[in-house]
Amino acid sequence: MNAGLLLDLLLALAVLGTAAWTLLARTAFAAVIGFVATGLLLTLVWVRLGAVDVALTEAAIGAGATGVIILYVVARLRGGEAEISAATPNPVQRILAALLALAVGGLLAWGVLNLPDPAPSLAEAALAGTAPLGLGNPVSAVLMAHRGLDTLLEAIVLVFAVLAVWSMAADHRWGGAPGPVFPRADHGPLSLLARILPPVGIVIGIYIAWVGTDAPGGKFQGGTILAAMWVLPWIAGLARPPSVTDWRLRLMIAIGPLTFLGVGLAGFLIADGFLAYPAGFAKPLILLIEAAMTLSVAAALACLIAGPPERRRRA
Amino acid sequence: MTEILLAAAVLVLLTVLAGLWRVLRGPRRADRLMAAQLLCTGGIAALLLVAGASGSAAILDVALLLALLGAFTSVAFVMAARLIGR
Amino acid sequence: MSLVIGAFSTLCVLAGVFFFVAGTAGLIRFPDTLSRVHALTKADNLGLGLIVLGLLPLAPSLGAALKLVLIWALVLIGGATAAQLIGAAAARDER
Repeated sequence: MNAGLLLDLLLALAVLGTAAWTLLARTAFAAVIGFVATGLLLTLVWVRLGAVDVALTEAAIGAGATGVIILYVVARLRGGEAEISAATPNPVQRILAALLALAVGGLLAWGVLNLPDPAPSLAEAALAGTAPLGLGNPVSAVLMAHRGLDTLLEAIVLVFAVLAVWSMAADHRWGGAPGPVFPRADHGPLSLLARILPPVGIVIGIYIAWVGTDAPGGKFQGGTILAAMWVLPWIAGLARPPSVTDWRLRLMIAIGPLTFLGVGLAGFLIADGFLAYPAGFAKPLILLIEAAMTLSVAAALACLIAGPPERRRRA
Repeated sequence: MTEILLAAAVLVLLTVLAGLWRVLRGPRRADRLMAAQLLCTGGIAALLLVAGASGSAAILDVALLLALLGAFTSVAFVMAARLIGR
Repeated sequence: MSLVIGAFSTLCVLAGVFFFVAGTAGLIRFPDTLSRVHALTKADNLGLGLIVLGLLPLAPSLGAALKLVLIWALVLIGGATAAQLIGAAAARDER
């Protein structure tokens, strides 16, 4: 047996093992660790499948951002046992959900195993449509041009997610700064990391977002890194989140979807219709959207991690 | 060379998964955090070995992202454990 | 020449794997949290460091080689900080 096959088998078993363990974990904290471990192993699976774009997204959003968001939810829920047990589905509902998940998973596996050889593929068509756009990464071409509407809606969903989190705030706290207050760390390892990692991280975040047009990468992955580089000084008590009523924060969250929508509408005038790009100007326009979206993804994810306003408005 | 690198990736992953077993039993949060940290480092090592075996430069970017977010996530987890523990 | 590079890479990678095994064995076997943190950092620093060292001569370009070193540096900084914080938390619990 060759080493590649062994690696794939090991990864498949490990993903199933950590997933099962996450479901069975007794404490919420242990379950989050299991969830992040599953995401990390899934990243390796995507790399082995040759889907490096998906691997980057899984690593950034699946393991990193979602793990931290869930963990801070767990931290915020401490002491609320009555509310948690009231919101937890009963055993019958859980068994039904498990059966449904098994049925869908089984059907998908059956479908994949019964694909004709060679499997039907749209890769040729997608690659043929990539060249006129001037993009080197066919995944970006599909996301930004051929299926631009899906990506636009995804971008808008992020804004709604922030609104949903903010709407959890109590009335008297509206206008305050989001999230718990961390003690200021002026000395020690945390303060050092919070000072030296962001400069490096911001460059890497912009690099990952920029390289997305020609190689695996893009706005969501780059934006997640930028968000993490703001959350780190916040955790160390070195940075304060802005108030939820700060217009600059709101503009940052909305600028990406607005730019996307604006370029999409301009397509009626300068190209063939909504979300169409004029010949020769596709790449600059896509880069403009990607840049604005990177900023918005970063701001939105940071707000999702910080949570609803928890402090009174400063007078 | 490719086979050697992939075999090394298998060994690192096997080891790290054995460490993850620590998470299963880990009586305390610190043990779980350490096992997660080990899995992250091992995952990065396996990615680098796979990148070396396949010669794909894009895989290095995945490892770069994991290294950066891994540093951030471990610290965020320790701080959250502190919040929960209070 | 390529034989020498191949032998060097194999040796370094195998040494790196050894430190991963040693670090994990320590994580599983050592009796208290602080010793386990100590074992863990060996896998972070030396295990990944030796694997990176072994992969450097195989890197297709200078950029890729620099990226490998940057990845190792990031893991070092992150691992050292997390180990300090975990150790401090464990010491506080035991007091």
